[in-house]
Amino acid sequence: MTRPKPTDYYARDRRWHPPAYAPDYKTSVSRSPRLPLLSLENTASEITGPTFGQNDIAVGDNDLLSNFARPGENPIGERILLHGRVLDENARPVPNTLVEIWQANASGRYRHKKDGYLGALDPNFGGCGRTLTDEQGAYAFRTIKPGAYPWRNGLNDWRPAHIHVSVFGHAFAQRLITQLYFEGDPLIARCPIVNTIPDPAAVQQLIARLDINETLPLDMIAYRFDIVLRGRRSTLFENRMEGN
Amino acid sequence: MTLPYRPHFLQQSLTPLKETPSQTAGPYVHIGLAPGDAGFQIYDTELGQDIAGPNAAGDRIRVEGRVFDGTGAPVRDVLIEVWQANAAGLYPHPETPVGADGGPESTENGFRGWGRVISDFESGSWSFDTIKPGRVAGRNGRPMAPHINLWIVARGINVGLNTRLYFADEPDANASDPVLNLIEQTDRRATLLAQPVSGTGSAQNPRVYQFDIHLQGPDETVFFDI
Repeated sequence: MTRPKPTDYYARDRRWHPPAYAPDYKTSVSRSPRLPLLSLENTASEITGPTFGQNDIAVGDNDLLSNFARPGENPIGERILLHGRVLDENARPVPNTLVEIWQANASGRYRHKKDGYLGALDPNFGGCGRTLTDEQGAYAFRTIKPGAYPWRNGLNDWRPAHIHVSVFGHAFAQRLITQLYFEGDPLIARCPIVNTIPDPAAVQQLIARLDINETLPLDMIAYRFDIVLRGRRSTLFENRMEGN
Repeated sequence: MTLPYRPHFLQQSLTPLKETPSQTAGPYVHIGLAPGDAGFQIYDTELGQDIAGPNAAGDRIRVEGRVFDGTGAPVRDVLIEVWQANAAGLYPHPETPVGADGGPESTENGFRGWGRVISDFESGSWSFDTIKPGRVAGRNGRPMAPHINLWIVARGINVGLNTRLYFADEPDANASDPVLNLIEQTDRRATLLAQPVSGTGSAQNPRVYQFDIHLQGPDETVFFDI
């Protein structure tokens, strides 16, 4: 069987992403390359990437309300349904891809041995989850809305409520880690990490929206967060007659 | 005249969506991607801990290294993901082309080709066990030298950094590698070479390579926009 010739991914728009060197985010100063990235046309090494299946995760790994809670107990905080779709730049769904999230609890405290913040740990909250997108690229988590927390950057810097999101896509070139923020949070505009992103329209893309129609009455509030991964060119005509 | 391909405008919007902007993985990336290392058990299995699996052919190797910042200090909260071909130069992926040697099209059962490692919180050192990859066909079929693709995230890194690890004991393949040869400053090619370390391996992984990554400064590693 002749395989279709793999096609290239669209070049990443490095003016849309944050630059490596963003001095108001202090740690970036010593951790940013000073020399330019070397542009590398896609080869098999970039067009391929790891694949994951249902065997890799357990049922309930996407339910942060229960995946660390003691039997019969619940974590404290605002219960939310976080859902959305993973699409590519051509607005096509990205099915069967791994989405991982991690976050602080309602107090802004991470369950991490390096986090010494005063906010209390929640004995019923771990703070991580993972799931695979379905055939339409959709994913969902149940969790607690995280709290803001302080960090040693400026003297009085506080991270907005956020959830870290890791997505694979179907190619190593699509690998992405980002953070989602919550609609209306006044800390977003003040955050040096958010403000590493130069374009305000790009910041808007990281803000999960209240999704009142998916909110479950008397149970939990829904937020919608769609994720866009790099798209790719059309397949060469002679190699895939059916086109796209 | 027949066009060689379907014009993009027939299938694709002229105003494509924008890629979701990247943000740093932050200091607590381990909670999400390596929770056991953050100090708690939550998943039945953590992903990325076995790159090659038990059935992979080829030489078993260990790679050891550290990541350094622009002051020369080790980065002690880094997470690195590994993506590599098997010894026949094949990736376990539906689009993998036939290997450079025309070998089989599927990889060994259990060969994941992918893994993730974190640095020690005190020393910053990290290591991973795998097999040495074979040569992968590059663009236009020209073989690339054996290499491992790395993706580096940490606090202070706004967009994950892509680089490649090549093997210093493959001088002939490296000399003709189309990617290494893109690096105009020839001295910088050495930043991508893992050096064999003699006499430090274990019975399972007799061959050890040292690969340090410098995010910034005089020995700055070459990073790619892939």
